[in-house]
Amino acid sequence: MTAMQKIYRAAIWLWFAAYALCILYPLFWLAMNGFKSNRNFFLDPWGLPDKWLWKNYVSAWDAGVGQYFLNSAFVTVVSVLLVLVLGSMAAYGLSRFRFRGANLLLLIVVSGLMLAPQVSLISLYKMLQMIGLYNTRWALIVTYVAFQLPFSIFLMRSYFLSIPRELEESATIDGCSTWQVYWHIILPMGKPILASAALLTGMNVWNEFMFAMVFIEDSALRTIPVGLMNLRSQLNTDFGVQLAGLAISAIPMIVMFILFQKQFVRGMMAGSVKG
Amino acid sequence: MLKSSFHNARSALPFILPALLLIVLFVFLPILFNLYYSMFRWSAFERNGVFVGLDYYVKLFQDPIFYTALKNNSLYAVISLLFQVGGGLVIAAILEEKVIRRWQPLFRTVFFLPAVISISVVGLMWQLLYNPEIGLINGALKAIGQTQWMHSWLGDSKTAIYAVVAVSQWQYTGYMTMLFLIAMHKIPGELYEAAMIDGANRLRTFFHITIPQLREMILVGSMITVIGAFKVFDEVYVMTFGGPGRSTEVLGTMLYRAAFRNDEMGYASTIGTAIFVITLGLSLLQMRLAKTGQEV
Repeated sequence: MTAMQKIYRAAIWLWFAAYALCILYPLFWLAMNGFKSNRNFFLDPWGLPDKWLWKNYVSAWDAGVGQYFLNSAFVTVVSVLLVLVLGSMAAYGLSRFRFRGANLLLLIVVSGLMLAPQVSLISLYKMLQMIGLYNTRWALIVTYVAFQLPFSIFLMRSYFLSIPRELEESATIDGCSTWQVYWHIILPMGKPILASAALLTGMNVWNEFMFAMVFIEDSALRTIPVGLMNLRSQLNTDFGVQLAGLAISAIPMIVMFILFQKQFVRGMMAGSVKG
Repeated sequence: MLKSSFHNARSALPFILPALLLIVLFVFLPILFNLYYSMFRWSAFERNGVFVGLDYYVKLFQDPIFYTALKNNSLYAVISLLFQVGGGLVIAAILEEKVIRRWQPLFRTVFFLPAVISISVVGLMWQLLYNPEIGLINGALKAIGQTQWMHSWLGDSKTAIYAVVAVSQWQYTGYMTMLFLIAMHKIPGELYEAAMIDGANRLRTFFHITIPQLREMILVGSMITVIGAFKVFDEVYVMTFGGPGRSTEVLGTMLYRAAFRNDEMGYASTIGTAIFVITLGLSLLQMRLAKTGQEV
């Protein structure tokens, strides 16, 4: 290796290490300051806590984060399940069947990908009031599912296209109906892409902010992203507890991502195969 | 038997209809309603509005904040293209290099991490990091002796928008890196081997193999980023809510303010139409570019 190459390599390592530090340190700072008393935080925002106040995390949970957490969990789980079921059905319908109008239906679904949620915000607000879903968890679930479906269908469809047709043909000759093909062949073989779609949908739904703020009025029904804003005004003076609340909200997604990232990457690699 | 069931719309529709119905009802229909609502003066609490025709559209084009918002959204787009698409591409290419590939999963995970955290957590955290007295940024500047650069980042109307845009780069550059890595795994290795045998160096292979092979992904990534820049809402809402003054206003916060602070639902719908037209235009452009991309 020449001297020049060594310098390049060192520079790249330095850059990547600095970048990694820029990401990890603020997160560490957040979690660590969650253990401090207010005084400790203001006097020494950089150092480790004088005393590790675990009770900050308990207080944050009790101050509302616990409730928001459960609301988010419910909305996320139901939305992900619905997206997986309805999305995989539609993706199957759009990948395995040949009929007039199939391309048009696909175009309609995929163009849903491009629309900005803000454009629908006001009319959805009004519509949800009219159909009586406003200020219920279902207001979020229904709109999240509708907005997440296009991308999930797009992702799953291109994966389903890569599943060999011969399997279905022999199954059909054995007398399987289209529903049985979906259930016994497509779903089991599509597991990697279902995992990716679930993770992406879960991430988006768990973190969604605007709809959650506008479609829910009742503080007891709020999800975490909006709840945290309430918490900020409520705990204006208690930074330790506030930061603990932020840390609690960030942890589940970080853990989920680290646990499932292999599947996620694999599914994405397979799913974006051109179809 | 086989032919008939898979070539029959009647057997396909039951699979497609539930999803299609939801998308049409809750994604497409509201856009039509939005157009209709933009022609009335109405408030959230009254049943009937007053028909005003295109008055709000005239008002929009005369509203100086609209131009501030357009400028800020465009700034978002340009900076994000540079960091997320440009930076993400370079980082992904380096992570694919043999000497560093062993570490790829580690770096990939760390860089992607901020993208999985909610914007309210990220925004509230950065608000503290930008804090002039206790924040990390000024602290770091002090530590390296550059006290003259210390600043109230979000409090000054000159720097606030850049401070907000920077947070998005922090959050999403790793996301784009991941998308590029996934696309790079599909480039046949022989292409690089052949180039190496011909004596091409890394920089040359990057420009003559990686970039042309990733053409499609770069295009899609750029469009996602630019369209995303015109949908920005959460980060601005959480960190500055358009302030100080109205220096960080984007179309999204402008719409929200009109609807839920000023109770001008009709005007808010008009802003919604503007967002629709801009994002639709960009999407159509993307589809055109993608088509020409396939032909080449």
